Amino acid sequence: MTTTHDGGNGGSQPPVDLSDPRLSRFDIVKEGLRRDDIEIVTYESQFPGVNSKAEKRVVRNIAILLIISGLAGLAFVVFYIVWPWEFKLGDTKSDYFTPILGVSLAIALFGLGLAILAWAKKLLPHEVLIQHRHDGGATPDEQLLTGQTMVYVAEELGVQRRPLLKGAIAIGLAPLGIAAAAPLIGGLIKNPHKPENGQNPPLFRTGFDPVANNGQLVRLTRDDGTPVRPEDVSTGGQMTVFPGIPGGATNEYADSPTLLIHLRPEDALVAREHADADARNKGSMFGDYVAYSKVCTHAGCPASLYEQQTQRLLCPCHQSQFMVTRNAQPIFGPATRRLPMLPLEVDSEGFFVAKSDFKDTVGPDFWERP
Amino acid sequence: MKRRKVDLAQAPADIARGVDERYQVATPLRAILNKVFPDHWSFLLGEIALFSFIVLLLTGTFLTLFFDPSMKEVVYNGSYTSLRGVPMSAAYESAMNLSFDVRGGLFLRQMHHWAALLFVAAIVVHMARTFFTGAFRKPREANWAIGVTLFLLGFLEGFTGYSLPDDGLSGTGLRIASAIMLSIPVAGTWISAAVFGGEYPGDLIIGRFYIAHVLLIPAILLALIAVHVGLVFKQKHTQWPGPMRTNTNVVGERMFPRYVMKQGGFFMSVFGVIALMAGLFQINPIWLFGPYSAANVSSASQPDWYVMFMDGLLRVMPNWQIYLGPYSIPPLFWPAVVGLGALTTVPMFYPFIEARRHKDKAIHNLLQRPRDNPERTAIGAMAFAFFIWATLMGGNDVIADKFHISLNAMTWSGRIGLLVLPPLAYFVAFRVCLGLQMHDREVLAHGVETGIIRRLPSGQFVEVHQPLGPTDDHGHPIPIEYGGWVVPKKMNRVGALAPAIKGFFFPVETPPEAPVSPGMPPVTGPDDREEITSGH
Repeated sequence: MTTTHDGGNGGSQPPVDLSDPRLSRFDIVKEGLRRDDIEIVTYESQFPGVNSKAEKRVVRNIAILLIISGLAGLAFVVFYIVWPWEFKLGDTKSDYFTPILGVSLAIALFGLGLAILAWAKKLLPHEVLIQHRHDGGATPDEQLLTGQTMVYVAEELGVQRRPLLKGAIAIGLAPLGIAAAAPLIGGLIKNPHKPENGQNPPLFRTGFDPVANNGQLVRLTRDDGTPVRPEDVSTGGQMTVFPGIPGGATNEYADSPTLLIHLRPEDALVAREHADADARNKGSMFGDYVAYSKVCTHAGCPASLYEQQTQRLLCPCHQSQFMVTRNAQPIFGPATRRLPMLPLEVDSEGFFVAKSDFKDTVGPDFWERP
Repeated sequence: MKRRKVDLAQAPADIARGVDERYQVATPLRAILNKVFPDHWSFLLGEIALFSFIVLLLTGTFLTLFFDPSMKEVVYNGSYTSLRGVPMSAAYESAMNLSFDVRGGLFLRQMHHWAALLFVAAIVVHMARTFFTGAFRKPREANWAIGVTLFLLGFLEGFTGYSLPDDGLSGTGLRIASAIMLSIPVAGTWISAAVFGGEYPGDLIIGRFYIAHVLLIPAILLALIAVHVGLVFKQKHTQWPGPMRTNTNVVGERMFPRYVMKQGGFFMSVFGVIALMAGLFQINPIWLFGPYSAANVSSASQPDWYVMFMDGLLRVMPNWQIYLGPYSIPPLFWPAVVGLGALTTVPMFYPFIEARRHKDKAIHNLLQRPRDNPERTAIGAMAFAFFIWATLMGGNDVIADKFHISLNAMTWSGRIGLLVLPPLAYFVAFRVCLGLQMHDREVLAHGVETGIIRRLPSGQFVEVHQPLGPTDDHGHPIPIEYGGWVVPKKMNRVGALAPAIKGFFFPVETPPEAPVSPGMPPVTGPDDREEITSGH
């Protein structure tokens, strides 16, 4: 290994005659560096001599790392093939399949990575080189030549001199651009206010709308479709109910999930007082039962945490809190609007039905919400 | 016919000559082989993002072979017994099968998710490095803007991927995304209807997010990453100030072999870390969340970490609705649309703002230590205080639960903290920078504190300082000018300790002389020091 301490700028050194047979390969490399404007400051072996004890030690370590990497890689393949991987419930060997794969692959990769790093950092000669940057633009001459060429090209086209072409390009290209964009944008556009099948647009309708149910009032059902009787919900209890229509509990009716709450008598008294004082919620409660839309008016998460003692309903996503006894008015958090109340009734068979759809629009707020 | 003798030793040279005659590669190839790269650990942060991205492409391609981006309802009948018979979307079912019925599928799914988290994290830390050291200054403003765009794209790519399995958490995330679209004034309902193909959730969104996640966004990411790295290559990397380093040169090592090998070894190590995490740490256990249902959500539902700042902003936003006659703007609009928009576009213009403020038109290839530009450092500290506090607020329910704090108190601390902490961070960072600057200057003027207290004949105690440079006739150090680089402040930084001897049980080599760095003059040995032999 050679140690070189070059004085000045790499470019200031005299060029080397490459045909000189006495040149070593390193001399040729140095000449290449010189032509690339690179100057060698330090280039020296990290070891005191050729085949030194320290060098052998590094080489041995790298070899060990590479062998570890290979063994771990082999282990990965073997475990991948032989380990029982098929999932079984409970504490089985298959639980360890993923950890074994991860650890064996990681060891293989770390081994290879450390081997390469050790090779580069411990074995290769230590080097410090200086390269010149050549920042800034080209020479003013070059800039002038290119700039004038570009201007001349524009002049050759002569758009400036030929106003008819200018106008014709605008008229010719604009529609083509719009034509390209039209199917893309037009295909995506969907009018959210357009009524569907003679019903309200889906934005303002839930599965409890009797119009979609051939005018029949919609029952409140559990997620398995069974209808709910008042005595199914114990005092102070709550239940998530869905519209009793085909697919009513699926995500097709994502705005329909409703929280049916059986209030304690003293709470129901306060709740009824507030509901009857409100034009929209008047008469919507059934006895001590009240039903609110579960879809938070803030960002649409299910506001599902009901605190019986304080009569608060909490949305777990952004912590809006609604007062159940006061028309579900928001009392804390980012929500601004109360949860819509579902008008309740019991049909002739004793099951809960919705007297009508929600009077307020369900779901997160938007610009044109009535 | 006699066969021509082939000179095997000469073959590579012949082939190389033939290639050069056709493609003229010799000169540019040598320039690449010889290109000098500066080295510092902080330059490798962006590499972590690049390597994670490669892992993402590899694992993601594997996942597409098994994933079915369809919202068609199916009934689960796979190996995970707890969910058998449950109706779910085909997307969720295929993600379940990937986790339970594809050999090694869970491992690759977890690798993909961990690599995604690491990708965005590395981008953020790399951006911080670039910002605090002033690496974004002329001529690198465009590359900074590309980097900011890469963060936004990474954010969107992560969110679309998070939505694909259609589990309980991802559906809730989609629901919030639809609410955010709805909150946009005037066009909100139209935008949401266009994206979801009607009312939320519809049956198109998984397919649309899928094509965005596996083709559109990755293609843009790949193109921008290529331009980003290409520009670093073309403009040459910035370097720290130091001995021999100037604004017009690069001091370092050649690209081949040393630099490339170090990069390769680092890639394998990053890859190994991702593999280890994927094997040992569970991420996104979709089988516990169940299929998405609009009626269900559990407490402590957090998005991936890089979305938490936005979720935190949504949580602490007061319920201020703006009413304009029959119309209104929901409070969701401000943090989610304006907030995210501002956080990802305003920083793009920072290089121009700073250059304009200081009327700085010069080219900067030397980095600045954060302390040397207190104003910029303070602005960055302010931005990160905001980001970190908002991220913490994204988990305010978990903090409230674990530490038994009132949830409402957490929300209020979030609101107050977002207003108070960033200015406080600005002030503290500014003062810390000035303090560090003063300490640097003090050491340069007086030398390093040795910890040796000397008692003078008059009874006065003084501490002996080790000057960093030459001294004048009275033994006082001649003040040294600050070079924009680390000032040694401890005796072992100037070589006062014996160099470490290699070898665990016995030395493998004779200890070399103490290294002499061009920037750091050697210390006078113990012989020159006067031993304290007596005292009163």
